[in-house]
Amino acid sequence: MITIYNARKIITMNPAHAHTTHVAVRDGKILGTGSLEDLQGWGDYTLDERFADKVLMPGLIEAHSHLMEGSLWAYTYVGFFDRMAPDGQMQQGCKNLDDVLARMKKAEAKIEDPDAPMPAWSLDPIYFGNERVTRHDLDKISATRPIGIMHASGHIMNVNTKALELAGMLRTGVNHDGVPLGADGLPLGELKGPDVMTPVSPFVGFDRDMLNCDEAGMWKFGQLCVRAGVTTATDLANKLPPDVVDLMGRVTGNKKYPARVVSLRFHHGVSPEDLITHAEALKLKSTDMMRLGKIKVIVDGSIQGFSARLREPGYYNGAPNGLWYISPEHLAYIVEKSLEKGIHINTHTNGDQATQLVIETMTEALKKHPSPDHRFTLQHCQLADVAQFRKIAKLGMCVNLFANHHFYWGDQHYALTVGPERAERMNACATALRMGVPMAIHSDAPITPLAPLFTGWCAVNRLTASGRTLGEAEKISVADALYAITLGAAYTLHLDQEVGSIEAGKRADFAVLEDDPEEIGGDKLKDVRVWGTVQGGRIFAVDDL
Amino acid sequence: MSLPVTILSGYLGAGKTTLVNQMLRHAQGRRFAVMVNEFGDLPIDADLIEAEGDDLIALAGGCVCCSYGDDLMAALAQMAAMRPAPDHVILEASGVALPGAIAASLGLVSGIETTGVIVLADAAQIEASLANDYISDTVARQLKAADLVVLTKGDLAGADAVAQAGTTVTRLAGDATVIRADHGRVPVEIILNPLRIALPDIGAPHGSGQGLVTSVEVPDKPLDAETYAKDLANRADVIRAKGHVQTATGLKTVQIVGAQWDVSPAPENAQPGVVVIRLQDHVEA
Repeated sequence: MITIYNARKIITMNPAHAHTTHVAVRDGKILGTGSLEDLQGWGDYTLDERFADKVLMPGLIEAHSHLMEGSLWAYTYVGFFDRMAPDGQMQQGCKNLDDVLARMKKAEAKIEDPDAPMPAWSLDPIYFGNERVTRHDLDKISATRPIGIMHASGHIMNVNTKALELAGMLRTGVNHDGVPLGADGLPLGELKGPDVMTPVSPFVGFDRDMLNCDEAGMWKFGQLCVRAGVTTATDLANKLPPDVVDLMGRVTGNKKYPARVVSLRFHHGVSPEDLITHAEALKLKSTDMMRLGKIKVIVDGSIQGFSARLREPGYYNGAPNGLWYISPEHLAYIVEKSLEKGIHINTHTNGDQATQLVIETMTEALKKHPSPDHRFTLQHCQLADVAQFRKIAKLGMCVNLFANHHFYWGDQHYALTVGPERAERMNACATALRMGVPMAIHSDAPITPLAPLFTGWCAVNRLTASGRTLGEAEKISVADALYAITLGAAYTLHLDQEVGSIEAGKRADFAVLEDDPEEIGGDKLKDVRVWGTVQGGRIFAVDDL
Repeated sequence: MSLPVTILSGYLGAGKTTLVNQMLRHAQGRRFAVMVNEFGDLPIDADLIEAEGDDLIALAGGCVCCSYGDDLMAALAQMAAMRPAPDHVILEASGVALPGAIAASLGLVSGIETTGVIVLADAAQIEASLANDYISDTVARQLKAADLVVLTKGDLAGADAVAQAGTTVTRLAGDATVIRADHGRVPVEIILNPLRIALPDIGAPHGSGQGLVTSVEVPDKPLDAETYAKDLANRADVIRAKGHVQTATGLKTVQIVGAQWDVSPAPENAQPGVVVIRLQDHVEA
């Protein structure tokens, strides 16, 4: 059964054949593209004209996200920016603390069980003039129900009095940098850093294993993918215990599930030896729609949390250097073993010292295990400088840069964390491409919204939320941005032979767009309207979600 | 009753495994709960293992070992809920973790009391670690947080290296006690009750593990607890003492930390006897 789709324009990402009007699909794969005459030779076909006025692109690829993006929508969204919920309702941003409290009060009234915890997410007081949020504010929502709000960065949480009480923390004598105290000597309910969040988070409904994903969250994640034109998405840090693998296999195996999920085993909580063994075992469980067997190694923390490892001259505000989340020795072991066994490694490095450690570790490991096509990928890699990108290229590594970061936190990086010069070179997409480094760009959803076209807009314009252009020289063209969210991303995932472009033999994965991203203008790239997707030949319309 | 926790820190290869195994061998009836970052990192000697479960290993003498993976707080809550409760938790931090930060976090949890931060330093490796761009500040921050630093593997490092390492570590470790001990041979009491002795910067270790003497005193007749405690506190070789003595008005608890002493009513069921830890090699200045 052959279906030929015609479209206003098909952007193929195949340089030999960049634009065309028809694509023929059989059994979820592409037979070819071209004019109708070019394709008729394949045999009997049905001409499907539903995309006649649409623009088709290769299905977009989100190369760094988390399935947790879907799970969080079970909780109240209180972010500063408008954000599309999986059900298509645009959640208005909360522009001040009163907005946050009003939204939560309304949601609170709908919870029947008076003792049930109330989690909310994406608070960002940075945009409220850094007004401090305290437990007394949250007590206005409810004094009897434990309440917790995760900040947008994921590094801070605000809780109410009841939550502190349940966690045994409503007492004097708490002595921790991450727990500010009020005049009465009691904690104010602001919990800064993962260490101080974890004793309280279970009491406010944030599951300890949120990174593991759940069934309802996965379906919501799938809806978000369709709305964003995404047909392949990563789940970048999962412990992948057997029950989670079963769940993920079942959900992605459902004929109605719209996205291929690439889930990485992250290195925490397991010895390096067991990590390698687990990754090898996981690889065997891969299906077309669920790709397993890759490893994520978290090397340092975050820049805005001052836990990233920076080289000289360190943090702009004088904060001490950040934290290692793995020892150099263990990193070396994992990298060497993975090169030897052909396991694909993705390293989380935010600070440039962490990136340098990975570069040096790879340099040595490749001498022991030369590997012509490993494509080990530096995730985030936000502060890398030109010399590092030069090295990265020579080592055959890829980068996946955090383009969205500029928009959401660029102003803070400029003023506080790394200062103007390094803030301007952060996520240096133009340098990466100039040095020949294969590159993807990402959202790290749920940290920022899952929307590759928005991510592309960020890389093209490099605007911050306050309107500052951060790093004119690192802007990239629309064409480069579109490549980064399709074939560029596919390459970093070793999937470029299957997806990322519309050409013969590849999966029939398309983003179906109302507007032409090549014509709309770089400043409007984020405004391209998404009709839906085609995934493995299956059609998913936003309107039908 | 709070569950006492000792944080065991030190860079990779510093000898944490050896020390833990030694402690398990000299538990003297204490039921230790050993918590490790990941099982792979801290192999307990095979002869100490009685039964292996999915997330708990039963060890000789009623001790257990568990892995806390990436959720220390949940694992600690589990330890605290165990019945019978362990007598003491030995928390082995990962090689790059900052024990000061862990101690601060444990302070947030009610029912848990950090009794000390022990940092191990390999005499042959510590200088190289401190010269390494990537890890030097981490290692220095570990030492700074220590109540007790154990300089290990001196027998392999040789006298010169030990001397230099001793000077370096003592400088970085503030007022922590610094002792030298090979093969984990440190009296368990010192690990469980380490103290900062706030000696002036003498630039050398304060004693050796083998040179530290632990004794138990049981005065044969009732005495004045204040006088007894004060005398112990005035002795320069005594670094710590704790226990119960009989007085004319009943059993009292005495505690000596360096030159400080304290007397309080003894808890119920307390037995007379005072554990005294002193430096054998101590020379009066």
